[in-house]
Amino acid sequence: MRYAMAIDTLKCVGCSDCVVACQTENNVPIGYSKDWVREILDGVYPHLHLEIRSERCNHCDNSPCVRSCPTGASHYTPGGIVKVTKNKCIGCSACIVSCPYNARFVHPEGYVDKCTFCDHRVKNGEKPACVAVCPTKCMYFGDLDNQDSEISKLLNRRRHKTLIPEAGTTPRVYFLI
Amino acid sequence: MGSAGLIWGSYWLKASSAAQGTAEGSAPWLKPSELKITPTYCEVCFWKCAGWVHKNDKGEVWKIIGNDKDLNCNGRFCPRGTGGIGQYHDTDRLKTPLIRTEERGKQTFREVSWDEALQYIADKLARIKEKHGPECTALFTHGSGGKYFSRLLKAYGSVNVAAPSYAQCRGPREVAFYATFGRGLDSPENTDIRDTRCLVLIGSHIGENMHNNQVQEMSDSIDKKATIITVDPRFSTAASKSKFWLPIKPATDMALLLAWMNVIISEELYDKPYVEKYTLGFEQLKAHVAGFTPEWAYGITTLKPELIRNTAREMAAAAPAVIIHPGRHVTWYGDDTQRLRAVAILNALLGSWGRRGGFFMPEAPVVPEIELPPFPEITRTWRMALKGKYALADLALANGLCDATIPTPDLDCSIKGWIVNGTNLMETLPDRKNTMKAIENLELMVVVDTMPMEITGWADVVLPECTYLERYDSLRDTHHREPSIALRMPAATPMYNSKPAFWMARELAKKMGLIQYFPYETLEEELDHELKQMGTSLEEMQQLGVKTLEKTEPLYFEEGGEVVFDTPSGKIELYSSTFADAGFDPLPVYTAHPEPPEGFFRLNYGRAPMHTFTRTVNNPNLFDMMEENDLWVHPKTAKINGLSNGQEVWLENQDGVVSSSSIKVRITERIRWDSVYLVHGFGNKSSRLSRANGRGLSDNELITNVMMDPIMGGTGMRGNFVRFLTSKNEESAV
Repeated sequence: MRYAMAIDTLKCVGCSDCVVACQTENNVPIGYSKDWVREILDGVYPHLHLEIRSERCNHCDNSPCVRSCPTGASHYTPGGIVKVTKNKCIGCSACIVSCPYNARFVHPEGYVDKCTFCDHRVKNGEKPACVAVCPTKCMYFGDLDNQDSEISKLLNRRRHKTLIPEAGTTPRVYFLI
Repeated sequence: MGSAGLIWGSYWLKASSAAQGTAEGSAPWLKPSELKITPTYCEVCFWKCAGWVHKNDKGEVWKIIGNDKDLNCNGRFCPRGTGGIGQYHDTDRLKTPLIRTEERGKQTFREVSWDEALQYIADKLARIKEKHGPECTALFTHGSGGKYFSRLLKAYGSVNVAAPSYAQCRGPREVAFYATFGRGLDSPENTDIRDTRCLVLIGSHIGENMHNNQVQEMSDSIDKKATIITVDPRFSTAASKSKFWLPIKPATDMALLLAWMNVIISEELYDKPYVEKYTLGFEQLKAHVAGFTPEWAYGITTLKPELIRNTAREMAAAAPAVIIHPGRHVTWYGDDTQRLRAVAILNALLGSWGRRGGFFMPEAPVVPEIELPPFPEITRTWRMALKGKYALADLALANGLCDATIPTPDLDCSIKGWIVNGTNLMETLPDRKNTMKAIENLELMVVVDTMPMEITGWADVVLPECTYLERYDSLRDTHHREPSIALRMPAATPMYNSKPAFWMARELAKKMGLIQYFPYETLEEELDHELKQMGTSLEEMQQLGVKTLEKTEPLYFEEGGEVVFDTPSGKIELYSSTFADAGFDPLPVYTAHPEPPEGFFRLNYGRAPMHTFTRTVNNPNLFDMMEENDLWVHPKTAKINGLSNGQEVWLENQDGVVSSSSIKVRITERIRWDSVYLVHGFGNKSSRLSRANGRGLSDNELITNVMMDPIMGGTGMRGNFVRFLTSKNEESAV
């Protein structure tokens, strides 16, 4: 089992529904977010290209955050989801500094928080909240170890990339381009 | 099955519903507290997607998720719908009825009981009826509760009911499509984007407007490799998804449409059998557009002739699975009905109306109205207030009623009383000064809202409505591929001292001696009565949320089959006899519109996906997504004007009106050098909106040049030009 997410940048309109849905599903306090939208524009009028990406923790195979955590609060769960154990976290922020994606934040209650791929939903056979709500259906979630999964097939078929591959983190969030 | 409850699907149900707490204690429907998830349809925008409100383990309202069975959303809410819970949680909400008082020259409000507020309104309405006649009142509404105030007003003796969504938004489109196809588009539009092979967007920014199932279907069409053609001076999100982006010079769309017709006809790319069988006036159209070549249009639109030809051919190659999208907010330059006629004609030439991948034939459910006594005879209506103008307006004009409130010698009935339900007229109607002048002439102004919008500050009485998560409302009965109904029921009891519109209207009816128009004590009973006649019940709808009814008409025309269109000729009228008879151009003509004077830039405005204008700007969840608007400026324009990214500027329009707040400059290649762009709905002026007050800039303040559509009275709002002020002091330099 190796969970991964793919976001089709050709379909994403950057509406932020993924962000709102994550906030409500996970009771993220207002002013904080576990996912976000980024728009990258290239070119000169009228020859332009816009890439829109819904971004979040990449649940890297080689996670600097897990390695840098002094207490073992940051850890992998089965399927490769990177999580933080609240009551083990001392809020030292070493993980925040080590993450090249700026995916983590200190929750007002003092522990470090981040995307969990909605593992509480995934356990029940549901998709993460962001994937389930997306009006453009541009987000895919599934098991890379299963060659028949929708995400495996998509990644076989479509051109894709990961973010900051040179950091060597081996992200599990892919962007279809 | 335990005695405490039973599991039905995923819904937790109480086996016994004895404790209803109302007079009819045996009512079979459930109370909100007895359900873990409750059905609703969204009130954050007019799309009205149906969904489920979930509660957490403590029984508190937690999240809203789309209903899988609903064609408007297919189980997926947009960011605004998902963030709709913020409307419920917003602590700035209106909490109790208010009446305006004057103390030592200072206008202020005092909190009053519902009884006092409603008695005040009933007394004032009685006085207006006696002094001026009941027709001298109007209802402005853009909310579900409007239905009940509308009923009350009709019972009282006025049919002046207007929604700004008509003359400030989609009205020209409705009139144009009625004249051409004998049918309007309504909401949601019957565009078959799901199966289209070519989608043409003219200033329509799907993806920034979150018209939910259209956004979903545009995404499907991208998957299916459909061609998207976007015409917009701004590189919109949709433009970034398009095979062709036509960065047109603003205000010249009609020239492009005529040139497209010219190519399609001269190259014989039109659907000949369709045009021959269903349409009237082809020869006149052919002669009319013969001179409108792409070369002619190039000089006007700045679009290369080859690009115009190629896109016309692309559309024709996809036909009839092609949609020249009519858009929604189309009140731009005053000749909007004619522009939308050109859009309709183009669709007719390509045979897309009634065809798969073009426009499907939608069907609405028939909801039986409850039986009411006849309404009183009306002798004076909103139409008379137009004094013979705007002959083809088929709904009341919000701006028309506003104008009719300002007394003029030739008006025998200027309006004296307004009820404003769920619409912030200060940001909705152009020309704020005119709106203020009208309000000053009122004897009574009642505002019903959930939030202390700017308009509430002008009211004599403010009635706090509970949010859509705390109330029943009428059944959603809008049309779609299949007819369906959707139920909204409360997820929680109303917070504070807020009430549903049905209750307010009924209590007012009691005080006004009109209770016979509200025969049911509760809306639950009225809804159950309607639903029973449709073969279902309130009890069943509480479990289903959405019920799809049997479709009786085919979705598309039968290939080559007979179709009678609801036009004077029974045909699709390329040449409009309706327009000819009313004295308007029967074929659309190009009119050159004013251009920005030296040093000024055209003010364009639009939407952001996370907001529905002023309705959502203070919503804590959605404010968190976008706190204020910014001003899109092309890098060259910024350089000439010495502007830097993030700099605060004020705007001054062609009439010397200066914005009351400033806005941050966003320098971007995504906008033409001759225009600026901002998202509408910001720059609110209500200190009781703790988050939104004064954030960003209001484009509406600067819309003082209103280009009236002579055909139906639409208010063209894109003929305003602005220049940048780097400090407010420059105001005196004018």
